[in-house]
Amino acid sequence: MTTVELVLIIVGMFLVTYGIRVVLFASAHKAEIPEWLDKALKFVPISVLTAIIAPMALTNSEGLALSFMNPWFVGALTSLLIGLVFKRQLLTICVGVLVFFLMKLLLVA
Amino acid sequence: MNAFQNAQRGALASIPMIIGGIPFGLLFGSLAAANGLSIWFAIAMSSIVFAGSAQFVALGLIAVDAPLWVIILTTFVVNLRHILYAADLLRFVKHLPIRLRLFMGFGLIDETYAAVRPMYDMGSANKSNGHQVYIGSFLSFYFMWNVTTIVGALAGEFIPGISEWGLEFAMVATFIGIVTPYLRNVPYWGAFVVAIVASIALKDMPNHLGLIVATLLAVLAGYFLDHMTINSAQKGVANDDC
Repeated sequence: MTTVELVLIIVGMFLVTYGIRVVLFASAHKAEIPEWLDKALKFVPISVLTAIIAPMALTNSEGLALSFMNPWFVGALTSLLIGLVFKRQLLTICVGVLVFFLMKLLLVA
Repeated sequence: MNAFQNAQRGALASIPMIIGGIPFGLLFGSLAAANGLSIWFAIAMSSIVFAGSAQFVALGLIAVDAPLWVIILTTFVVNLRHILYAADLLRFVKHLPIRLRLFMGFGLIDETYAAVRPMYDMGSANKSNGHQVYIGSFLSFYFMWNVTTIVGALAGEFIPGISEWGLEFAMVATFIGIVTPYLRNVPYWGAFVVAIVASIALKDMPNHLGLIVATLLAVLAGYFLDHMTINSAQKGVANDDC
C-alpha cells in the first residue's frame, strides 16, 4: 500500500464512522422523534448489549457451548444470577470475573 | 457536583470496560506492526477513526489488499449500530449546544453508551450533567485506546498470548451488570431472550450484521410486548369500571 492509499483509508474510515455517530446529534435540535419510536428505543440498551455478549458467553468456535466446563458460560451465568438477586452492579461484575478466572486457572491446572 | 466530578463518575463507571479493552488496544497495535504498517498508521487509526472492531476488520482487509471502497463500506456496516445509540441518546442531548454535540458524536462508542446510558435511567445522570459524565467516560477510554495502541505497536507481541487470557470477560460481566436491572417486567425479558437467541443464530453473518439484525428483532419484541401489556392493562381498567 502506498502512503496516499493509507491516508485515504484513514480519511474514509473517519468520515463514515464519525458520520454515522454524529448525524443525528448534529440535527438533534430539529429532529422530532415520533412517540412509537421513542417507546421502541428504550429497548435498545438491553437488546444491543445482550446481543454483543451472548455469542461470547454461550458459543465457541464449534457452536453452542452451554457446558459447566466453559468458564465463559459459567461466569456469565453467575453474573446474571448475582445481578438478578442482589441488583448490585459492582458485585455482579466482581463475582462473575472472579468465577471466570478461577475456572480458567483450575482448567489449566 | 462540578463538571470534573461528573466526568470522574463517567470514567469510574467505564473502568471495567477500559480494562477489558486493554488487550484489544495492545493487539491492534501489535497486529498493525506485524502487518508491516507503520506506527503512525496505527496511531492515526486509533486517534482519528477510534472504532475498535472496525479497526481490526480494516487490518484484515488491508492484509488481503482489498480496495479502498470495500474497506470504507465495511467500516460503514460494522459501525451502523452506533446510529441506534445516537437515536436513543437524542432525548438527553438535543438541548445541548451544537459544538458540544459534535464533540460527543466523536466519542459515541459501545463502551461509553453502555456505561452512561443506564445512568440516565438510574438517575445518576440527567440532562444537565449527563454530557459531562459521557465525556469523562469516552475520554478515559480514548486515552487507554491510544496508549495501548502505541505500546502494542512498539512492543509487538511483548506479552505472549495476552489475547487468550480472556480479559474481555470483564466486558461480558459489566454488560450483564448493566442489563440485569432492566429485567423487571415481561417486555424487557422478551427483548433479552430474543437478543440471546437471535444473536447466536445469526452470529455467522458477515460484518456484525447479525448483531444489528438481532438487536432490531429484540427491540421489536420488547416494543410489541410492551404494547400488548399496555393494551391489556387498559382493558383491565375498563373492565373494572363496569
